[in-house]
Amino acid sequence: MKKAVVYINQFFGQIGGEDKADFAPVFKKEKIGPALEFAKNLNAEIIGTVICGDNYMGSNADKAVDEIIELLEGKEFDIFLAGPAFQAGRYGVACGTICKAIKAKYNIPVITSMNVENPGVEMFKKDMYILKGGNIASKMRADVAAMIKLANKILNNEEIGSAQDEGYFGRGIRRQVWREDLKPASERMIEMLLKKIRGEAFETELPIPEPDRVPIAPPIKDLSKARIAILDTGGIVPVDNPDKIQSASATRWGRYNIENIDSLKSGVYKTIHAGFDPAAADADPNVVVPIDVLKTLNKEGVYGSLHPYFYTTVGTGTTQAEAMRMANEMIPYLKEDNVDGVIMVST
Amino acid sequence: MVKEVEKAGIPIVQMCNLIPVAKTVGSNRIVPTISIPYPLGDPATPKETQWKLRYSRTKTALLSLTADITEQTVFPV
Repeated sequence: MKKAVVYINQFFGQIGGEDKADFAPVFKKEKIGPALEFAKNLNAEIIGTVICGDNYMGSNADKAVDEIIELLEGKEFDIFLAGPAFQAGRYGVACGTICKAIKAKYNIPVITSMNVENPGVEMFKKDMYILKGGNIASKMRADVAAMIKLANKILNNEEIGSAQDEGYFGRGIRRQVWREDLKPASERMIEMLLKKIRGEAFETELPIPEPDRVPIAPPIKDLSKARIAILDTGGIVPVDNPDKIQSASATRWGRYNIENIDSLKSGVYKTIHAGFDPAAADADPNVVVPIDVLKTLNKEGVYGSLHPYFYTTVGTGTTQAEAMRMANEMIPYLKEDNVDGVIMVST
Repeated sequence: MVKEVEKAGIPIVQMCNLIPVAKTVGSNRIVPTISIPYPLGDPATPKETQWKLRYSRTKTALLSLTADITEQTVFPV
């Protein structure tokens, strides 16, 4: 029987939550968490589970990868499964990072699963099969089942269909196939052209992905006269969270006056972000929104002036559409006050 | 959010720990921070050390806004 290894994070590995996100990788011979679900129908024996903290992987990717490869030294396996990672950004990036490394090292198939909003999709979809997964962990069964289905096809040496048919994110790979309708390209082109002329909807056979880039804004010419504003997605708010910003999947934001303070004091400000251990940010909110050094740098004349408010939301699980909307609600305030440059601190 | 501000014509620098993510989503000016839960000050180090780190990274971020860049740039810290 073929053999498989499963990779999961500290949370699904039952090590702990955000307070254990720095957990260094371990290999356990047992099937843990999602590995048990994989074991039900996978046509391979799971020889163990690799567990690694998301922050450990995020902050020291090279080291984490080396350590995991070392843990797997001498073990034989035919396929590597990571996740599913849902909409958890750090977990998705971790799954992509380790899958890519495993594939490069052992040249074996690797599979993971993420939600379309997970930044790991864009980063790794060309490198591996990433199945289109749910947004939250309650979709575990369905996401694992989809991974098993594809994994079993690979293990049985069956033909893998297109991204659309198999449910993975398109990898930008083109292959020659015989169409069922045997209709040649010339006929299909004419049909498409006629539809276009008639103003009807048609579907291109060669979608060109648009890189979503924005032009670089012109730099500040004289920093000593510039007005600077600071934004954060780390959820730093006054302790009573007056705008009731959500701890995850935020749709609300707030701005808080900092004109007459020299620093964000603990006990007056805190973080409401549910995606990381809040201990350090609660003890000293300046580690996320550095008001203390911004005031000092202003007194030293490094830059002209500080916009009197800082702007906060929570970045974890927040959709790109909501983030765009919130930014566009903040921008008029920045423009009205002639802000010349912005610092965004992301956690 | 970074892209929307940039689109509005205001230069913006993203201070973050997950550099590959910032690059993928399209941030143009990036200054690395040291971690996710405490981007600008490791609580295991003395207050003085944290302040120095925060001062230096924030200053780098401010100066990055004056750099005339032509492509995505991660500023050295």
